[in-house]
Amino acid sequence: MTVEITDVGVDLGGRPVLRGVTATAREGRWLAVIGPNGAGKSTLLKAVMGLLPCTGLITVGGRPVRDLAPRDRARVLAYAPQSPLLPPDMTVHEYALLGRTPYIPYWGRESARDTETARAVLDRLDLTALAARPLERLSGGERQRVVLARALTQQAPVLLLDEPTTALDLGHQQQVLELVDRLRRDDGLTVVSTLHDLTVAAQYADDLLLMSGGTAVAAGGPGEVLTEELVTRHFGARVTIGAGPAGRPVVHLRRPTG
Amino acid sequence: MRKGVAFAGAAVVLAACMTAGLMVGAAGLPLKGVVLALADRLPFVEAHSGLTPLETGVLFELRLPRVLLGAMVGGLLAVAGAGYQGVFRNPLADPYLLGAAAGAGLTVTLVIVAVGDGAAVPLAAFCGAAGGVLLAYGLGHTATRGGGTATLVLAGVAVTSFLTAIQTFLQQLKVEELQRVYAWILGDVGGGWEQVAMCAPYAAVAAAILLLHGRLLDVLSVGDDEASALGVRAGRVRLVVLVAASLATAAAVSAGGLIGFVGVVVPHAVRRLAGGSYRVVLPLSLLAGGAFLVTADLIARTVLAPAELPIGVVTAFVGAPFFVTILRATRKVET
Repeated sequence: MTVEITDVGVDLGGRPVLRGVTATAREGRWLAVIGPNGAGKSTLLKAVMGLLPCTGLITVGGRPVRDLAPRDRARVLAYAPQSPLLPPDMTVHEYALLGRTPYIPYWGRESARDTETARAVLDRLDLTALAARPLERLSGGERQRVVLARALTQQAPVLLLDEPTTALDLGHQQQVLELVDRLRRDDGLTVVSTLHDLTVAAQYADDLLLMSGGTAVAAGGPGEVLTEELVTRHFGARVTIGAGPAGRPVVHLRRPTG
Repeated sequence: MRKGVAFAGAAVVLAACMTAGLMVGAAGLPLKGVVLALADRLPFVEAHSGLTPLETGVLFELRLPRVLLGAMVGGLLAVAGAGYQGVFRNPLADPYLLGAAAGAGLTVTLVIVAVGDGAAVPLAAFCGAAGGVLLAYGLGHTATRGGGTATLVLAGVAVTSFLTAIQTFLQQLKVEELQRVYAWILGDVGGGWEQVAMCAPYAAVAAAILLLHGRLLDVLSVGDDEASALGVRAGRVRLVVLVAASLATAAAVSAGGLIGFVGVVVPHAVRRLAGGSYRVVLPLSLLAGGAFLVTADLIARTVLAPAELPIGVVTAFVGAPFFVTILRATRKVET
């Protein structure tokens, strides 16, 4: 499903945090939202999820998000926050099963099918061996995969991931991102994620949205958005953009000489 | 499987504690006689207990209502504690520490002083309990944005002291009521069948609502944003559970007075033994809370026999040290 963001604005505590943001995440593609700290990346994701009141229009598959009932919304959009709250004594299976919440009536309980869906997702993410383990006894990489498992159990066509690789080492970052990309291709999911590492964003995303000071300042393919001029202006960093594998740009920091 | 074992275990413990509660006291009753006398009251069962008429009277007019009320009050306080803990995502939340019990205590004292005992007591207790919690929550929330686990409890302590001060003031104004209010404050489950009947409907409604929200409290435990992203109206669930937990507290307080620590000790022990899912914690707390309070009452009326110790003294004696260990455990998780 395609996500269309049109002229979206968000105020937090009377302060404008987003202004006039317009962007599109096309069906089956990966849109990475990049930008300096405080640019409004996470806020944009929350607004898309319907967690923050916003002006403008956000549609998923042509339907305005604000017109969807919470349960219907949760069936088309799955969201993983930057630092998810993991109840220490909940097991991996119980946590993954929470993803079935939008399919269970208020007074109801999980059906055998819900349990089976959660089990299948855990299997797919190589988490079956950890199913009975409490969340407090997981490593950083495992936690990130478990959060992803919960989002996938939701079986929503759009995945919103806020910094899915924070606090992960290089190997685990790669593992998680490859996994997301594989799932995207296999299931035709639309992925919208914030990513702070520009080279990583360029490697994985089909489209980039560069945000700065609460507005969208550039959008397009990695080669169009990651230019020395734009990065220097919005990140205040001195960089050299090189050519990486498959023609995707690589961002190098440049030390001042002399 | 493990869940089934836990439920069966808790039910057996509760039954054992209640039987002990029926047998032990100033006049000891034999196990066989108690069991047969109870069986005799069942429809279509004829059994000769061998108890004297006096013993039968003690069993049915004194011990049985006392044990039932103890189980009910203990179960309600524990399940209300577990409910508050889910709503506030705070393992230290407890009807007593949150100011709910003190709020109920104040409004009940008001009613006793103004119009005497009566049907208004549970309603007044409910308003007081809900008011106390909201006050503590509002105070904790404005003191530190978002608030840590300890902040809410500190706010609850402040609210409790304040409401208790007003209550004491009222009590001193009406010295002739002093004795009655005082006895009630320290906790007492010897209210007889009248109290059992008054408490039961509130208890049934509150416990049923709380037990039905186990799954949704599990969803809330991952945070409000994620719960909303999962399609749950977090605010509405919170409100319903808060009201039900306050109703449970009110029923417990109006029948048994102010009995502390049950709501924090019992759910914590249950979590240790059977895992953290509210679908397990809520029903097991109901059973285990009953067993805990019946046992506490048994101790209260035997340890200084023939004098009776207020039951709140016993629960505080067990609960306060326990509370410290929980506080240490949550501190470790937070840092």
